[in-house]
Amino acid sequence: MNSNSGKGSMSTASSSAAWKTGDVVPDQFPAGLRVLVVDDDPTCLMILEKMLRTCLYEVTKCNRAETALSMLRENKNGFDIVISDVHMPDMDGFKLLEHIGLEMDLPVIMMSADDGKSVVMKGVTHGACDYLIKPVRIEALKNIWQHVVRKRKNEWKDFEQSGSVEEGDRQPKQSEDADYSSSANEGNWKSSKKRKDDEDDAEERDDTSTLKKPRVVWSVELHQQFVAAVNQLGIDKAVPKKILELMNVPGLTRENVASHLQKYRLYLRRLSGVSQHPGNLNNSFISSQDATFGPLSSLNGLDLQTLAATGQLPAQSLATLQAAGLGRSSAKSGLPMPLVDQRNIFSFENPKLRFGEGQQQHISNNKQINLLHGIPTTMEPKQLASLHHTAQSIGNINMQVASHGAQGSQNNSLLIQMAQPQSRGQLLSDSVGSHAPRLPSNMGQPILSNGIAATRNGIPEIRGSGYNPISQASSMLNFPINQTSELPGNGFPIGSAGISSLTSKGTFQEDVSSEIKGSAGFMPSYDIFNDLNQHKPQNWELQNVGMPFDASQHSSSVQSNLDIPQSVLVQQGFSASQVNGQNRGVGVVSKAMFSTVDSTEQGNGQNVNHHLNNFLVDNTIRVKSERIVDAGPANLYPDHFGQDDLMSALLKQQEGIVPAENEFDFDGYSMDNIPV
Amino acid sequence: MDRNRLQHQVACMRRSLFDQGYLDEQFIQLEELQDDANPNFVQEIVTLFYTDSARLIQSIEQALNSRPIDFSKLDDYMHQFKGSSSSIGAKKVTNECTVFREYCRAENAEGCIRSFQQVKQEYAILRRKLEVYFQMVRQAAVAHTA
Repeated sequence: MNSNSGKGSMSTASSSAAWKTGDVVPDQFPAGLRVLVVDDDPTCLMILEKMLRTCLYEVTKCNRAETALSMLRENKNGFDIVISDVHMPDMDGFKLLEHIGLEMDLPVIMMSADDGKSVVMKGVTHGACDYLIKPVRIEALKNIWQHVVRKRKNEWKDFEQSGSVEEGDRQPKQSEDADYSSSANEGNWKSSKKRKDDEDDAEERDDTSTLKKPRVVWSVELHQQFVAAVNQLGIDKAVPKKILELMNVPGLTRENVASHLQKYRLYLRRLSGVSQHPGNLNNSFISSQDATFGPLSSLNGLDLQTLAATGQLPAQSLATLQAAGLGRSSAKSGLPMPLVDQRNIFSFENPKLRFGEGQQQHISNNKQINLLHGIPTTMEPKQLASLHHTAQSIGNINMQVASHGAQGSQNNSLLIQMAQPQSRGQLLSDSVGSHAPRLPSNMGQPILSNGIAATRNGIPEIRGSGYNPISQASSMLNFPINQTSELPGNGFPIGSAGISSLTSKGTFQEDVSSEIKGSAGFMPSYDIFNDLNQHKPQNWELQNVGMPFDASQHSSSVQSNLDIPQSVLVQQGFSASQVNGQNRGVGVVSKAMFSTVDSTEQGNGQNVNHHLNNFLVDNTIRVKSERIVDAGPANLYPDHFGQDDLMSALLKQQEGIVPAENEFDFDGYSMDNIPV
Repeated sequence: MDRNRLQHQVACMRRSLFDQGYLDEQFIQLEELQDDANPNFVQEIVTLFYTDSARLIQSIEQALNSRPIDFSKLDDYMHQFKGSSSSIGAKKVTNECTVFREYCRAENAEGCIRSFQQVKQEYAILRRKLEVYFQMVRQAAVAHTA
């Protein structure tokens, strides 16, 4: 093999110079790229191995997911990229994907003989950087190095520019066949950026490989630090700058904190004012993926309030959430409005985020927060459910919503939503409703306050799925902790992304964030997963403060712990933390959410991611969900429903709804009507 | 026999396998992977396929014979079978697998049983033909040039 180190050296020039052997294309990336291929089919495995060797990569093959995971764990830096089959007997490929994303933050390519749209979408939402249809041709493998380069490039850039928004600037090198969502994300992201609130770091949440900015992943620990700081300062006096100082987390930016704070406030608001009506949340919940809000309760640890307060939720979402949650009190609690959007974001399906009047009220009153158990979010039942799930998965963002008393209901979904979009489909709807991370405390469920989840996305949307209001442990934001069924709602990004994050369906993250109305940090997903496996301590570099849902990305990190309701990854768009610099922000949450939903087992964190993703998507979907909701939210989104549609819907919705959202403390924000 | 002639025969048979739709492009991918380091790569892969698929076929048989029929398990097996058969370029076999899966999704037991017969049949035919083919390949490889 070449003299190349195999480590994704970025200099193609050198690598190409290094070898020009045989049929190797000169400017092909690095020979020596260390690939781990996992497939239970021995025939395929052997063929892949041979193909990869022919590409001059260094191949390790493995026929069991468990083995692969332990190999990766033992040697964290031993591989550059992983290729995995979807169907495996011992572990679902998506779970593995989540684990890897969360724990090791490596690019993962999924493959399957199944080319159904839903499966491919699932890959995207779970954070896969690519999806190959079997039978795999060698040409498809020749370019896999691009994912490695891209990821590194993004990380590097994030590093440099923490906090600065760079959308589009750092386009990852798109290789010729980077036809995946990244480009779509970018577009969305850009548009969403416009909506972003003043924070201008638009966190793009695209899937890991194209992540532009590292997203901050609000792991449980981080969130707890945040909550501690907020409490120390006093919720009323807690300003991002001071919180940031108190937290003293390297790489964390003020924007990250601000958006997180937004969400948290929403959450709190929701907790306090929302009555839990399970019914409303159905709206828009994140369709399919939705953040399983479920486990919001598990968020307990997280203290949704904090999440909400962190403002992660985009102002809008917060507002929305608040509005939703409060039903009528409309964001008074001072939660930033954006929640509303957030909710939307989260609940993809929640078109309703609009907490607008009517619906919101409806929702807010009802469900609001049910997502988070107890979090009186206005989210519709679905939402709550989703939140619930998400919450759960999120690892308990514990939005101590309950504790906050206030809003609670609002969209705790923020977190929750993110977490489990799946289960409830509503993902965030719930969370959204709960706006701010208030979630859990009451919820018990980890309503993932997906940061946003509650944010609006789901707010009203929470799909009927019963959102089990996150009764789970009140962990507030626990994002969809696996427990629940996966909120269908795409894990959308917890609230933060408002809907913007959702927009990018696939990439939710981008959209979500952007959608979220600018609210900076739409915390798309509180990554409650908390580091799911404790991954990286949040690389805050990501500045994605607002937008964060890197739903997909984080999934890797987030996912791992989705199970842990506690680990609510509040990803508000923070991409990254978990992942090495991956800014998955949003994704994370969603990932968490999603993963939780999916894999209750292992991946608790994973679900969250998924959910988060869902959330993100949800936000965008929100728009759609609105429509859909009317139709009967409940089946809004089958797991893989057209996220794109949702996204666009949400986006639209967001736009409509959002208007006011950006304001951070929009008390009287009347969230657009979230169709109940 | 003359090596050239044998090689010619190998080429003809190979072409007919493609023309008749037994094999597709993926088989060519495998052939291209074969090199001096792995001169028998294709044969090895195909042999591996036989072993693996025999196991799957048996599992499917059992699942089809059990009552009530577990369609999701059946679909799972068949998904795997389809994955590996498509990886070696077994076109007809893969197509029959697709038909089977349709019946499976519709939970049509009769349809499953019937289409599985087709799958087995195509599998058997292909296997026979490939065995003949590889035998010729081996003979050509050791034959002396006249």
